Amino acid sequence: MSAISADGLMAVERQVAPRSVRRWYRQPALAFGVVLLGLIVIAAVLGPLLSPYNPITQNLGQTLLGPSAHHLVGTDQLGRDTFTRLLYGLRNDLRIAFLAVVSPFCIGVVLGSISGYFGGWVDAVIMRLVDIVVAFPFYVLVIALVFVLGPGQRSIYIAITLVGWVSYARIIRSEILVAKRQDYVLAAQSGGLSAVRIMARHLLPNVVSQAIIYGMSDIVQDILAIVALGYFGLGIPPPTPDLGSMINDGQNFMTTHWQLTTFPGLVVVLVGLSLSLIGDGLADIIRPGQA
Amino acid sequence: MTIGDAGALSGAGTGGTVLEVRDLRVRIAARHGTVRAVDGVSLEVARGEAVGLVGESGSGKSMTLRAILGVLPPEAKVTSGQILLDGVDLVPLSNSDLNRIRGPKISMIFQEPMSALNPVMRVGYQIAEGPRVHLGYSKAQAAERALELMRRVGIPDPERRFRAYPHEFSGGMRQRVMIAIALSCEPEIILCDEPTTALDVTIQDQILRLLASLCRESGVSLIFVTHDLPVVAQLCQRVAVMYGGELVERGHVHDVLLDPRHPYTLGLVRSAPDVEYVRESLVPIPGSPPSLVSPPSGCRFHPRCAFVEQDCRVQPTPLRELPGGRYTACLHYERCEEALADRIRP
Amino acid sequence: MTFVFQRLLMLIPVAIGVTIVVFFMIHLIPGDPASTILGIHATPKAVAFLHHEWGLDRPLVSQYWLFMDRLVHGNLGQSLYYSAPAASIIATRIPATLWLLVYAVILAIAISVPLAMIAASRKDGVRDHVVRAVPLVGLGMPPFWLAILLIYAFAITVHWFPTSGYGAGFFGHLHSMFLPALVVAIALAPVVIRALRASMLNVLGAEYITTAKSKGVPAPRLFLRHVLRNAVIPAVTVLGINIGFLIGGTVIIENVFAIPGIGQLMISSIFQRDFPVVQGVTLVFGVLVVMVNLLADLSYAALDPRVRFDR
Repeated sequence: MSAISADGLMAVERQVAPRSVRRWYRQPALAFGVVLLGLIVIAAVLGPLLSPYNPITQNLGQTLLGPSAHHLVGTDQLGRDTFTRLLYGLRNDLRIAFLAVVSPFCIGVVLGSISGYFGGWVDAVIMRLVDIVVAFPFYVLVIALVFVLGPGQRSIYIAITLVGWVSYARIIRSEILVAKRQDYVLAAQSGGLSAVRIMARHLLPNVVSQAIIYGMSDIVQDILAIVALGYFGLGIPPPTPDLGSMINDGQNFMTTHWQLTTFPGLVVVLVGLSLSLIGDGLADIIRPGQA
Repeated sequence: MTIGDAGALSGAGTGGTVLEVRDLRVRIAARHGTVRAVDGVSLEVARGEAVGLVGESGSGKSMTLRAILGVLPPEAKVTSGQILLDGVDLVPLSNSDLNRIRGPKISMIFQEPMSALNPVMRVGYQIAEGPRVHLGYSKAQAAERALELMRRVGIPDPERRFRAYPHEFSGGMRQRVMIAIALSCEPEIILCDEPTTALDVTIQDQILRLLASLCRESGVSLIFVTHDLPVVAQLCQRVAVMYGGELVERGHVHDVLLDPRHPYTLGLVRSAPDVEYVRESLVPIPGSPPSLVSPPSGCRFHPRCAFVEQDCRVQPTPLRELPGGRYTACLHYERCEEALADRIRP
Repeated sequence: MTFVFQRLLMLIPVAIGVTIVVFFMIHLIPGDPASTILGIHATPKAVAFLHHEWGLDRPLVSQYWLFMDRLVHGNLGQSLYYSAPAASIIATRIPATLWLLVYAVILAIAISVPLAMIAASRKDGVRDHVVRAVPLVGLGMPPFWLAILLIYAFAITVHWFPTSGYGAGFFGHLHSMFLPALVVAIALAPVVIRALRASMLNVLGAEYITTAKSKGVPAPRLFLRHVLRNAVIPAVTVLGINIGFLIGGTVIIENVFAIPGIGQLMISSIFQRDFPVVQGVTLVFGVLVVMVNLLADLSYAALDPRVRFDR
């Protein structure tokens, strides 16, 4: 090789490498995200084992203590150990958020497939439905629905389902619009396969990946919504620990015990970070080169 | 248009060298290695002269042009050589210095006018931009100049077309707009990167005539890159042939195309349809273009050459001067003469 | 002009749908809506009054008709808490929310454009990675939490900004609303930065940028008139898609900062069980989103001449 100019050559365009080469653990961001999420999930699952304290029982003789060897993050205004409450709150909110994605995912994917595959008036109707739901700000609709249905876990699931399916429907619909023109679909159709079979066995496996990637960011959104509801007292009723209500409780003590409000928020940020990293990493693997 | 009319349209150069490229080398950083896109290219363009640069895709001809103007893609760098415009070396100049000469001294026309024009900016403003930036024209003056240029390149109804957007024009018209932009600051030399390749034949002819008349009337020099030999024949006085990043032959159009002195040029000429010569069949060049990351040793063309000999595989092949102002890189160029002798039949 | 007309036409079914959803909110309430709403105040007389007021004893369709009839006359019902027409209460609160929204969008653009530019100018460089990390963190951040932190930092520790309120007069608004608008802007910025960065990278690689460079266009002009002008187009689309979030975010932020806008009205009405107002505000939000989307569509057409001529 002849000598290359000393001022160096700039970074290269990314090339598309075959899938076998792009192992997920080779991507630092994705790996970090998975590890982080793993730690978070472990902490949530093992929560009760990681701390001897009860998150609910009040201990009015020990209120508002600072961090110490006994209480890693101190105690809150009702004498409960903050660290324990963080773990339990994480546990609850995470569980609800993960479960809350399932229904919108299923409904959205089904409706989106039908809409994209059949087109025509079915498509028009479903899309108008989407437009109507989208016309309302996400938080507004969720809060209004929870208000109407009464606070509590059940309402949260219902509200999120009613509002959240639209994004999945849109994504799947546009993927299917493109995919259904592919040759393998034509082949399946000329083979006399029923529409349902084509959609379920042939189209969906190819397009569902985009919905899964979106699902990552949707979980983050749901966590934020749950935490927001908790902050306004519309979420899981106290005394069950919930990161949102913890932030609310703690804000009055901001000047003296900032950790009461800050830490729950940080936990949410970390969860969001890990999920976003995973979502981005997956997106990179499946469609490389898109920022 | 036949080869016989070579260079008739644009007239001869009027003396003085506008651009001289000396031993230019461009490297591109790629994942699989360093691509030697341009590997020691030298050429000269005289005032008012049209020089053709031919070769297949990937031969390095576009890279050469972009290197001259300093608009290489970020992964590519000029690693050695000089580019002398009116005696000033462009290689070490900074981007802001280069900006001062781009437009007034040297400009470029691109292959795909649809993607080469800003889609959200009115055509008239795009033409007027050069004079505003470089010649200090006011908005009104620049607009006047743009209209004048539009008339000169043959765009009908310029007053109305001034405010139009690129997507409202046809391909040939867009190319005329590009030419107008290139002319706007009266450069000394225009680099043309396959401007007619994307156009159909009748439009192509119009554009070539336009370029030729500009060359003749204003004394603008041209470097015309193309893979299409008849086009070179129509427009240029001299031609340089590139292969695998290197120059393999150089000389006057008549000589190079009618009487090639390099097997690659011979192959190109043979594979171009031409009704003048009776031939049994079109003869394509066998094999495929060389890797620019690890090119063949010795002469880069040797794996595909019908006349290959032992020394071709090992000896370096710089351009050597032949009598009559011709240059060739082939060690055994006489074989081309012999092959041609068989070729001409009544 | 036909473009605008077409867009308006497509809004009609959506607008009707919005009213249907809002109308149905009453009927989602488990049990008898009137008694549930009134809660402990549910005297038989009060319940009967509400039944009559809302036409709950009539068939569904005629209820809807009643609802729409009132709506068209600007009557959103009577606030249970304030004993005044819901419409006028809402109307007084709208300006504050609009202020917040516009301010937030301006700040979001001011944050995103430079950051996206920094990232796009040296792709995969250090600065690019730093800028790309911002959305990752930002997307997971609860806005109200950020609000609390900022209030603590800038309003309590140092008294640069008031902790709450709308302020008086133009400059008063500018001052008081800075922190709230900043929080919304930070919530919005990640999405905009990503979209802008991607579209800038796209544009930077385009042929016409090379043409402009070959014309010798100097860097600032190149950036503004050629790169940015083209790069904003897809970003406006993304902004339009996320308007729903932007507007929804105001609900939360208005509450944290005690800004007298419709978001705060919504939450307080929820706690006051003032159903007509909640319904009215939801409707207004729906209308707002639809209008802002229209605005985004129109801007898109204004920015991209290719769209205008396509049918």
